[in-house]
Amino acid sequence: MKSCHACAAPLLLASLLTVALSAQAQLSIEITGAGANRIPISIADFAGERIVSLALTSVVRNDLERSGWFRLVEPGAIAAVDASAANLAELKTRGADAYVGGSVSPAGAPANGQRYETRFQLFDVQKSAALGGHSYAHSGGQLRATAHRVSDFVYEKLTGEPGVFSTRIAYVVKSTGRFELQVADSDGMNAQAALASREPIISPTWSPDGSKLAYVSFESKKPIVYVHDLATGRRHVAANFKGSNSAPAWSPDGKRLAVVLTKDGNSQLYTLNADGSSTTRLASSSGIDTEPQYSPDGQWIYFTSDRGGSPQIYRISVGGGTAERVTFEGTYNVTPRLSPDGKNMAYVSRNSGRFQLTLMDLATKQSQILTDTAKDESPSFAPNGRTILYASEVNGRGVLGTVSVDGRIKQKLSIQAADIREPSWGPQLK
Amino acid sequence: MRTLLAVFALAAPLLITACSSQPPAAEQSGAKVEERRPTNISTPPVVPPPVTTATIDPYSVAALKDPKSILSKRSVFFDYDQFVVKDEFKSLLEAHGKFLVNNPKFKMLIQGNADERGSREYNLALGQKRAEAVKKALLLLGAREDQVESVSLGEEKPVCTDSTEECWARNRRGDMLYSGEF
Repeated sequence: MKSCHACAAPLLLASLLTVALSAQAQLSIEITGAGANRIPISIADFAGERIVSLALTSVVRNDLERSGWFRLVEPGAIAAVDASAANLAELKTRGADAYVGGSVSPAGAPANGQRYETRFQLFDVQKSAALGGHSYAHSGGQLRATAHRVSDFVYEKLTGEPGVFSTRIAYVVKSTGRFELQVADSDGMNAQAALASREPIISPTWSPDGSKLAYVSFESKKPIVYVHDLATGRRHVAANFKGSNSAPAWSPDGKRLAVVLTKDGNSQLYTLNADGSSTTRLASSSGIDTEPQYSPDGQWIYFTSDRGGSPQIYRISVGGGTAERVTFEGTYNVTPRLSPDGKNMAYVSRNSGRFQLTLMDLATKQSQILTDTAKDESPSFAPNGRTILYASEVNGRGVLGTVSVDGRIKQKLSIQAADIREPSWGPQLK
Repeated sequence: MRTLLAVFALAAPLLITACSSQPPAAEQSGAKVEERRPTNISTPPVVPPPVTTATIDPYSVAALKDPKSILSKRSVFFDYDQFVVKDEFKSLLEAHGKFLVNNPKFKMLIQGNADERGSREYNLALGQKRAEAVKKALLLLGAREDQVESVSLGEEKPVCTDSTEECWARNRRGDMLYSGEF
């Protein structure tokens, strides 16, 4: 149980430097579980003007520690970018397996604002060997973004999986009489409102290129699907047929959306172009078909249906045809979300009245409940497939949670005096 | 018919306040303007209607806001995970079906709702099924397809926010709104 409220001080320094920070209420993040075998890592204070380098270093430390894969080890007096054999020997006695040293130095003319060069090296302490490093040229406003890139590099080198510290998340904040669709960095910082409304907003989902969000808004007294361009703030109606329009899901190529329409009766699956043209019915049932999601290879659409009497997960070829049932245990299995490698499926199952985030290995059909909360909803995989972001409720308040796919590493993200819900983890941008 | 519309336009604000016992109507802030624009109203002279008498046609527009009329009741409640209209609501739907037949220019929006438990999108679909059940009953009673639109608000617009069965039961609901109320 380690609270990250203590991280607020260095983050405050960072915010002094990054004037672009919004005045939005920040997400507060609490770590509620950690991995069994965390890599002991020592991260020296980066050399350079203290206020700048500390702001950067603290972000790297927070990123790595909060991921649940690392344990921070004090570097003592060692602060070199290029650690000597003697430095590494001392770090070894301190119990570190890895070491990061770096510097942030002013670079270029400050005519268009101060620019910096950040340089770092990662070392394997046990083998006394350099594992590589990088240098980045950036502005003061990009300090946090640069720190996330350092974290991504370290994470990938040491765990073998890409880091997701540079990615963004979207979610809906509900306060009294107001709904905001917000986009923030994956650590909850830099939250910006993409849309504010007096009526509910649900089901935001990122386009594969990270430039747009599709979502459902009730601003016209009924659910309508919009596609919203984040850079320009412009949006268009993607689906507004007679009845309800909901549950948008992007095809992996970003060209089409699977949606749920009721223009022909009950909730049924359709696909259409992202601009709203060329609507095609995908499946037919006499009951409810909803919550479509494309498999990462674009070949299947997984969805929730009550065609068998209770809500269960099915899949159908994108070309249509016969649906196959995927879940068989229990009487309520909804919201299928495939891992980026297509091997696992996160969903919500009801167990003795509790709605819990569950993970199925699609090859073996084995399922594991990942949480001990009772009102889980809306799972969303991190782009590296290691973590699932979801909505839940704690003490009557809507919160977000993250959990590693092995169920061990857990975090809770909450916001003061408001409910936070409907999370969607954005893509990894190359 | 134009007279009816004019009357309705006058009565609409009253109607919304009169229905304050029906939270969905009260929550419909900034009600959307209906397709029929007020331009219709100014052309013919408006004849003030006799709205005061209690013995008028039971399916008149005035009945919609008369607390003594069954037409002032607009909600159909459903059991958990169910979308079958229970017998106790049949007479209510018969009355609204007759109203739609007698007032063919009136349109109705049926908003289905669900309680908070489970997936938002699945609950949206459940609400839709409830709205659809109400719509089908009204069509069987003679309302026209183009007169009635069924939509769902899912679990998004609860009238009661406690996590109790009593509260959930109030949220599993189909609401009937007439032209000018949505």
